[in-house]
Amino acid sequence: MNETVEIWRIQAVAVAVSLAAMIFIFELIRRKKLREKYSLIWFLAGTVMIILSVWREGLDRLAHALGVGYAPALLFLVALFFGMILLIHFSVVISDLSEKNKTLAQEVALLKAELKNLQKN
Amino acid sequence: MPFGRIGPSLVRILVIVPAFNESMNIERVVREIRDAAVTLHDATLDIVVINDASTDSTKEAAERTGALVIDLPFNLGIGGAVQTGFKRAVEHGYDIAIQVDGDGQHNPEFIGPLIAPILAGDGDLVIGSRFLDTSSGFQSTFMRRIGIRIFQMLNSLIIRQRITDNTSGFRAYRREVIEFLAEQYPSDYPEPEAVIVLGLRRFRMVEIPVVMRERQGGRSSIGSAASMYYMTKVLLAIIVNIFKNTGDR
Repeated sequence: MNETVEIWRIQAVAVAVSLAAMIFIFELIRRKKLREKYSLIWFLAGTVMIILSVWREGLDRLAHALGVGYAPALLFLVALFFGMILLIHFSVVISDLSEKNKTLAQEVALLKAELKNLQKN
Repeated sequence: MPFGRIGPSLVRILVIVPAFNESMNIERVVREIRDAAVTLHDATLDIVVINDASTDSTKEAAERTGALVIDLPFNLGIGGAVQTGFKRAVEHGYDIAIQVDGDGQHNPEFIGPLIAPILAGDGDLVIGSRFLDTSSGFQSTFMRRIGIRIFQMLNSLIIRQRITDNTSGFRAYRREVIEFLAEQYPSDYPEPEAVIVLGLRRFRMVEIPVVMRERQGGRSSIGSAASMYYMTKVLLAIIVNIFKNTGDR
């Protein structure tokens, strides 16, 4: 049994996954499947994850400052944090959309009634 | 500022009838509103049925009455439906809007008393209350009455006015209120929230006693499981409203 934990492995995995995610997001924008407006937070999350993965010393210091005993666990915390931010962001976007959707439905219904009235005369 | 007596112009009233799957009730509701309209003086009354994407023949039944039917493309909930009526009232310059639910619970005979405080210049919103005169009529179920009690206490606390029937949808609205609610009105379970919103903005609210009937057919929009969601949603909305900056409307 090898007792030494080779941390560079999870570092490499984190960097690879973050990069792949960012490339995927970029590709979605290029194909116009995702609006730039909603992609910014993804790029921010990816960049922070890459920085913390590569910069071991920074991660250690931050972990120490926050009282996290095992530094790589901080990566999960940061990822979770961005996940939550994204979910809240989506809730806001959906609320905005459903409000606009309601207004549109009302306008359409009102216009249809006016049109019917015009056709009668 | 009493109107109706200044000059020859008549007070224009729009009766908003929200209807979701009310094919069994809607024709009678419209007929009863017309009967009630005959007794009104110095006023003209139009009826608009808002069909909230019913899956039964509500639309056809409503059109048979000759009333204007506004057909929503998909279900918006009672608040979204009534708000459509408010928008219609604003666009066509009505003086008063009255909400009469399409299920037949609201007796149109009370339309006269309902608009009287507005005509006299005493109120901006008039609520038909089941609980001012508790001697008669349909008083709602036990669980609902508990919820209604909670709303009573909350409202007394927040707007310093005791509204006895916060959940009643049998209401008359003056022009300024219609314009305000056309812009912002909750989608589901709007009645108690609207009382708070309007109270905080210093609109004058008056209650008059009405007798409500038990549903003649169809089903209530609020089941027992939905009651919990109802209470939670309305309570949250009420709390949020206290912290909203109301400004001067």
